[in-house]
Amino acid sequence: MTASHRPLPQAVVFGALLLASLAAIGFVVGVSVGIGDLPIPLATTFAAVTNRLGWTSVELNRIHETVIWDYRLSRALVAAFCGAGLALSGAIMQSLLRNPLAEPYVLGISAGASTGAVAIVILGVGSAAVSLSAGAFAGAFAAFFFVALLSNGTRGGADRTVLAGVAASQLFNAATSYVVTTSGNAQQARDVMFWLLGSFGGVRWPEFMLVSVIVGLGLVACLAYTRVLDAFAFGDEAAASLGVDVGRARIVLFALTAMMTATIVSMVGSIGFVGLVVPHAARFVVGPLHSRLLPACAVVGAIFMVLADIASRALVPQQILPVGVVTALVGVPFFSVILYRFQRAS
Amino acid sequence: MSIRTQDLVWKIGKKTILDRVSFEARPGRMLGLLGPNGSGKTSLLRLLAGLKRPHSGEITLDGKDIGSIGRRKIAQRVAFVEQHATTNANLRVVDVVKLGRSPHRSMFSGWTLADDRAVEQALECAGMIDKRNAPWQSLSGGEKQRAHIARALAQSPKELILDEPTNHLDIQHQISLMRLVADLPITSIIALHDLNHAAMFCDELIVMQRGRIVASGTPDEVMTETVLRDVFAVDARVETSPHHARPHIHYLP
Repeated sequence: MTASHRPLPQAVVFGALLLASLAAIGFVVGVSVGIGDLPIPLATTFAAVTNRLGWTSVELNRIHETVIWDYRLSRALVAAFCGAGLALSGAIMQSLLRNPLAEPYVLGISAGASTGAVAIVILGVGSAAVSLSAGAFAGAFAAFFFVALLSNGTRGGADRTVLAGVAASQLFNAATSYVVTTSGNAQQARDVMFWLLGSFGGVRWPEFMLVSVIVGLGLVACLAYTRVLDAFAFGDEAAASLGVDVGRARIVLFALTAMMTATIVSMVGSIGFVGLVVPHAARFVVGPLHSRLLPACAVVGAIFMVLADIASRALVPQQILPVGVVTALVGVPFFSVILYRFQRAS
Repeated sequence: MSIRTQDLVWKIGKKTILDRVSFEARPGRMLGLLGPNGSGKTSLLRLLAGLKRPHSGEITLDGKDIGSIGRRKIAQRVAFVEQHATTNANLRVVDVVKLGRSPHRSMFSGWTLADDRAVEQALECAGMIDKRNAPWQSLSGGEKQRAHIARALAQSPKELILDEPTNHLDIQHQISLMRLVADLPITSIIALHDLNHAAMFCDELIVMQRGRIVASGTPDEVMTETVLRDVFAVDARVETSPHHARPHIHYLP
């Protein structure tokens, strides 16, 4: 628009945007690290990181360092990767299923995870050997395979896949409710509820390693599919007539999103809203082409989730809210503004 | 030779939709596909575009079995304009037309000058240059249809397949679309409902009824009162138009 005579080389624009995005994410992560019972200035956090990288050697308070490295930094980074992964998965689901209401859990993954979790916590299935997360992950993939079988068995198009997902969600949610109401005591039921609503409370560096690798690989793999996703704009047949191997593309992309979503859900619970709304917000701003939409979703999702985590700790003094509650509480007004403004603009 | 089919059979469940369909589309010609609702036109077009596999029989592109050609290779030479292609994405026209280049690009290859040229030509040819930056949801029905045709042309096809492209268009846009397709130097196969338009613009016609080809040839050969009565169940008189020398149908009340 401005430099219409000589447009900047795409690589330069891309590089600048990437740097700006990383800086923005770094900033909110820094803010997130600073907030809590022991406030830590942004400069201290910055110095702690540069010290660890060997670039500087600033003298720092040991307690600050411990809080940064042992608790808050890993938590903030996990939140960023979870937000990125959920928003990315949501965008892909919406495009593949051609349904604006699609989100990462539409294929039953969170319902399956909850069943897996209660099976471990309340029924004590193999609880000596596996953690709640492992149970949730297994449950999530059980639900995903159930949906895959059901929708493939019916030679499913997008609508049937959604219906199969709804059926799976109902089934696994019913199983969860059954177990909670018949065999849980009140405390166990509360624990499961709290976990389902989402929390970054227990995450440390091992969780960071896992989620960064899974979401990082997922992002790179999805970026290879941006043009294929564009071709789905007019439906499966249109994509096929543009030379897309529709069956293979669907399997690869569903499997990638399932992998990311199941990892995130089993780690921090089923945090809602991010995967549904961030893609829409991003689409309003950068348009529907996936080469822009997917990176935008990853960045906005990361920032949004870190902010939601900050709010979950800061909103009510002395209490930590489930982050899934905050994403909706904070997100809906924010989204309303976007919806309203862009409705008028277009 | 272009597209050729031999004894094509296609079924949904036990119901036979296409029954031993054999024909040949000659290079550079415009072939009209006629028939009442449910006669199998759309199914045949889908098979020709390689979107469905026949139960038996054969489709060949320049003598090569379409089943042995990969999805992308087919899309590099056969473009398909569907009857109801809608989207809820608000793409710009030029982005939609650029989709037509996807079969010619590998997963990581960049956008080339040749791609640019193909897109510009396609926009020009479909008369959509002025609308290149218009958002999809702002287009009228006729403009959407022309954008779809531009997208198909951007595929640089040797064969263009269109499924009732003039549906829902006003008469001006119907005629301009038919003229656009007729003037293209490539082979086109077009399903139509308006028999007069078919007679006026197509080089050859095929008439289908209940999944079979019941008449084929030039418009003069095909557009007869017998065909109109037996296949389309209408009473009509056919005469050679003094204005364009093609058959013209007068439907009788």
